[in-house]
Amino acid sequence: MSSELRYTANTQLEHLHARYTGTGHADLTKYEWLTHQHRDTLASIVGHPTLNSYLAIAENESIGRIKFEMTERMLQPCGPPPPKDED
Amino acid sequence: MSEETPRLVDSFTAPKEVLQEFAELAEEEDVDPFAETASKRQIAARQSDYHNKRFNRVANESGDAFKDGDDSGYKEAMRLQMLEKEEQRVKRLIEDKEKQDKEEGKENMDLDRTPPRAEIQAAAQELAAAAGSRRKRRWDVGDEDEKMEDIKTDSKEWSDQALESSAPKKRRSRWDATPADVSAGPGETPKRSRWDQTPAAQPDAPPIPIIMNAPGIMSEDKHNRYLTDEELDAILPSQGYSIVTPPPGYAPLVAPRSLTATPISTSLGGFEIKESSDAAAVAAAAGLAPELPTEIPGVGNLAFFKPEDAQYFAKILKEEDETELSVDEMKERKIMRLLLKIKNGTPPVRKTALRQITDKAREFGAGPLFDKILPLLMERTLEDQERHLLVKVIDRVLYKLDDLVRPYVHKILVVIEPLLIDEDYYARVEGREIISNLSKAAGLAHMISTMRPDIDHADEYVRNTTARAFSVVASALGIPSLLPFLKAVCRSKKSWQARHTGIRIVQQIAIMMGCAVLPHLRNLVDCVAHGLQDEQQKVRTMTALALAALAEAAAPYGIESFDNVLKPLWLGIRLHRGKGLAAFLKAIGFIIPLMDPEYASYYTKEVTVILIREFQTSDEEMKKIVLKVVKQCAATEGVTPHYIKQDILPDFFKAFWVRRMALDRRNYKQVVETTVELAQKAGVSEIVGRVVNDLKDEAEPYRKMVMETITKVIASLGASDIDERLEVRLVDGIIYSFQEQTTEDQVMLDGFGTVVNALGIRVKPYLTQIVSTILWRLNNKSAKVRQQAADLTTRLAIVIKQCGEDQLLSKLGLVLFEQLGEEYPDTLGSIIAAEGAIANVVGMTQMNPPVKDLLPRMTPILRNRHEKVQEASINLIGRIADRGAEMVPAREWMRICFELLDLLKAHKKAIRRAAVNSFGYIAKSLGPQDVLQVLLTNLRVQERQSRVCSTVAIAIVAETCGPFTCIPAILNEYRTAELNVRTGCLKALSFVFEYVGPQSAYYVDSVVTMLEDALTDRDLVHRQTASTIVKHLALGVAGLGCEDSMLHLMNLVWPNCFETSPHVIGAVMDAIESMRVTLGPGVLLSYVMQGLFHPARKVREVYWRIYNSLYLGAADALVPFYPDVGELSEGQNVYDRYALQVFI
Repeated sequence: MSSELRYTANTQLEHLHARYTGTGHADLTKYEWLTHQHRDTLASIVGHPTLNSYLAIAENESIGRIKFEMTERMLQPCGPPPPKDED
Repeated sequence: MSEETPRLVDSFTAPKEVLQEFAELAEEEDVDPFAETASKRQIAARQSDYHNKRFNRVANESGDAFKDGDDSGYKEAMRLQMLEKEEQRVKRLIEDKEKQDKEEGKENMDLDRTPPRAEIQAAAQELAAAAGSRRKRRWDVGDEDEKMEDIKTDSKEWSDQALESSAPKKRRSRWDATPADVSAGPGETPKRSRWDQTPAAQPDAPPIPIIMNAPGIMSEDKHNRYLTDEELDAILPSQGYSIVTPPPGYAPLVAPRSLTATPISTSLGGFEIKESSDAAAVAAAAGLAPELPTEIPGVGNLAFFKPEDAQYFAKILKEEDETELSVDEMKERKIMRLLLKIKNGTPPVRKTALRQITDKAREFGAGPLFDKILPLLMERTLEDQERHLLVKVIDRVLYKLDDLVRPYVHKILVVIEPLLIDEDYYARVEGREIISNLSKAAGLAHMISTMRPDIDHADEYVRNTTARAFSVVASALGIPSLLPFLKAVCRSKKSWQARHTGIRIVQQIAIMMGCAVLPHLRNLVDCVAHGLQDEQQKVRTMTALALAALAEAAAPYGIESFDNVLKPLWLGIRLHRGKGLAAFLKAIGFIIPLMDPEYASYYTKEVTVILIREFQTSDEEMKKIVLKVVKQCAATEGVTPHYIKQDILPDFFKAFWVRRMALDRRNYKQVVETTVELAQKAGVSEIVGRVVNDLKDEAEPYRKMVMETITKVIASLGASDIDERLEVRLVDGIIYSFQEQTTEDQVMLDGFGTVVNALGIRVKPYLTQIVSTILWRLNNKSAKVRQQAADLTTRLAIVIKQCGEDQLLSKLGLVLFEQLGEEYPDTLGSIIAAEGAIANVVGMTQMNPPVKDLLPRMTPILRNRHEKVQEASINLIGRIADRGAEMVPAREWMRICFELLDLLKAHKKAIRRAAVNSFGYIAKSLGPQDVLQVLLTNLRVQERQSRVCSTVAIAIVAETCGPFTCIPAILNEYRTAELNVRTGCLKALSFVFEYVGPQSAYYVDSVVTMLEDALTDRDLVHRQTASTIVKHLALGVAGLGCEDSMLHLMNLVWPNCFETSPHVIGAVMDAIESMRVTLGPGVLLSYVMQGLFHPARKVREVYWRIYNSLYLGAADALVPFYPDVGELSEGQNVYDRYALQVFI
């Protein structure tokens, strides 16, 4: 593989990365990154039945309710986006 | 050489004729030897007359149907098209009349004599009358025109013309209309054909029409330009002639010297005048300037520049004062420069120019752009590459211009449509792409109104290309949107051409869209169905072809959509003959496979009568179609074997299994294919029994055809159906035809091999005879025959062994062994392969000649450079090393090892792989030390390929003999000061760890120090290869408890993440990713977190890249490792992950 080809292969890979939600870039803000982290956390809880039942026991709720709440919370898990700077 | 000089012995010279020849050669020196190939590259030069009809097309501006106040487009186009038809009709009438006159003996067209004036005028007037107001004269000098009109009206001959001139607006000949009138009359059309071009381009004049028949004007060169006065003086005798002074009042339109353009076809009778006055450019255009510029002001260096380019780009070839130019002129020059860069520039130049022209497309506007691009595409000397680039420009520009292209749709179509019937696949694809983009940009309504006039164009070429273009439009905008229009066109009452084209559009849609027609199948079939009963033969034929295409596209679904056409089709085959019948049969052939079995059987029986009748046909096309239909019918489920045997086979064999069929390649293939298909139903013995006697036919091509059929039938169906008597005849025939062949053919060889292998043990009684044939042919004088005999041995070896004829095998083995001195490499390769095949089946211990004799004989052959020999010998040696290494002394193996090193340089990958594998086998039997030493020493050689292969071989030795045998040696070798050796050692280690996988856990600690050294080396490649080792190591030891040393290596790899060289960064990233597997994503996250919000963007970019690949690899596993950043919360944004803080 010529160096150029390899290079383009890499850039293509980066295009691919950009298509996945949750991947970041050099200009990502704190808010955006943390929002992704929160969503991943919530998704992870919904996806692991053991975590789900753990939380259900701790909060004294039904498993379905926990699932529902976690899913609901994925919408703006860290609150609305902060106002952009003027500059 | 004069007579009196004494002749010295040592001063002889070449014979006179030779010197003469050289002198002549020197004179001819400026003959370009590449001229011929250059013309081959030109598209126009290699295309057929039919393709080149594109140069005759005339494009008109298509009015924008969506623009207010300009509704003339469609109406006008239709009117023009009617006129053109009328003109053709009249021309044909005139031609017919002339022909008739000639036949009657009234020889009017005497070439020596000018035809009577009256006659020409009559014809001209008839033409002019037909052409009507569309034609405008091209001489646009107003006052002259009036003068001429005066003359005409005065003279009595022009009396009828004079009558017309009293009502000039209604009917005017193209000779007497001034362009001024054109722009003046509001009722007049804004359309301009090539007839009414203004020779001088005033900047404020309306846009110059694009000349679609450009070659007439553009293709002049030094061979057909006008003669100059000097040249005429030189040609004509000076005595007896006098130069006539021009009549008073004659003013030449232009000085003859500045004439650049001369139409080829003198029938047009007029001049095209270039606006340029620049002498250099004009000279270049006329082919007078031998030096063509490759450096052009404002453009820079070009890859090439053709004489033809000069006339298109004349304006930018000279230096100009840019301040004097108007904005439009500047724009034009800018476009020309960009186009020239794109067409003739080097790749980087071309790339930037293409981007610029795309970005500025809307700024330039559609008009100026296409006025420049389209004539270039119609240039006769255009080459593939140039066409590709120009088409690309159109494509890019189209995107940007969007609906601005509307006025140019027809012009673009005229240029692009020919691509759809180009013989080059990629040209066709490009054409489709453009038309599809065009239709998306212009919209369906506009496309239809633009192309509608061409649907019943008088010229078949135009209709053909238009149909194809329409099918592209259909695929771009969806079939449903085009259906109403198609329905209307297919039912057109006005002309059969329209119906023909409409049906052809459906056919093209089916061909292009394939199974995507299924949802609309019924509609499409209904569209064309009535065409089967059309009164025009051509329409009926085309309908049948369209149905065939639809059925082929829909297969195996959609039979219910064809319900309506079944009856007319099956009735039609009884009514038609010739071409029509062929088309109907073709449609039937494609529809039958869609049917349910019982229907298929019924309809097949209906059609068989006709098919059998047409077996006798002498028409080649019909023959092909009949064969195809028979094949399709035979393949359907409902047709019973009994029926085929009873009704089809007798006539089929009588008509097609004749010697004549073997002579034409296409017939040959068709017959073989059809017969094989019939055999699927009728059985092997039925077919083979019929043809087997022809294996002894006296015509060789026919024997070949028989052999190929038998081969294919037996290969697909086996030989169990063949009874004893047939078996005898078959084997006898095969041996006969094999012996009698005059040209050694793959077909005979394959046939022999297939039949014998299929018969298996049943062939035993004939083996003695077969082997003696082979033995005899192995000693033949011709190398080809010997080669073929050896190849046959290769194929038969297994069967001979199955039959238990070891005697014969050892005899063959011995004879082949004696033949190893063969001098023809192809034959030698076959002989070695045959020897290898025998060794394979008998085994190394029973092999005769014994392996210990065979191998030393092979050692010198390994030096043979021929690929086939190399491959065959390496395979044989590898096999011996694998199975019978202990039978050969170690010294011999070492010798072979050294020879094998050379094979590592082979071009063919299979040879290198076989060689590398052989090292493994040899090392296994000899012990690794010696082989390893050979390979490590080989790391010092120059050729990279040889070194790389050695490293692979080392790794294979390590794999077969255990890593502990090799790793110490490699580490020791790594201490050598030579760079190549060290890199080779690293490479070898990387392969070793790749191959041994989890076993590497035992060796991690021993290589860590070496890796420390390599990863901290100055040399980039060192670090790269070391990273690769780390990658394989990390993946190998994942989960095996080597985290401590891995973390250590990770610390050494990590700083390399800032490398920029693509190979290095690739290897480093890979190593880091595999660390994720070994160390877990949490560890990596803590590394990455240090730089994600680094103040330097360069750092952030790299770290985010690593983070992304980490995230994609283990998003879920990262959740527990994200830092707790609750203290960063501010205002509405709370960053605590409360769900993780819960505990019971």
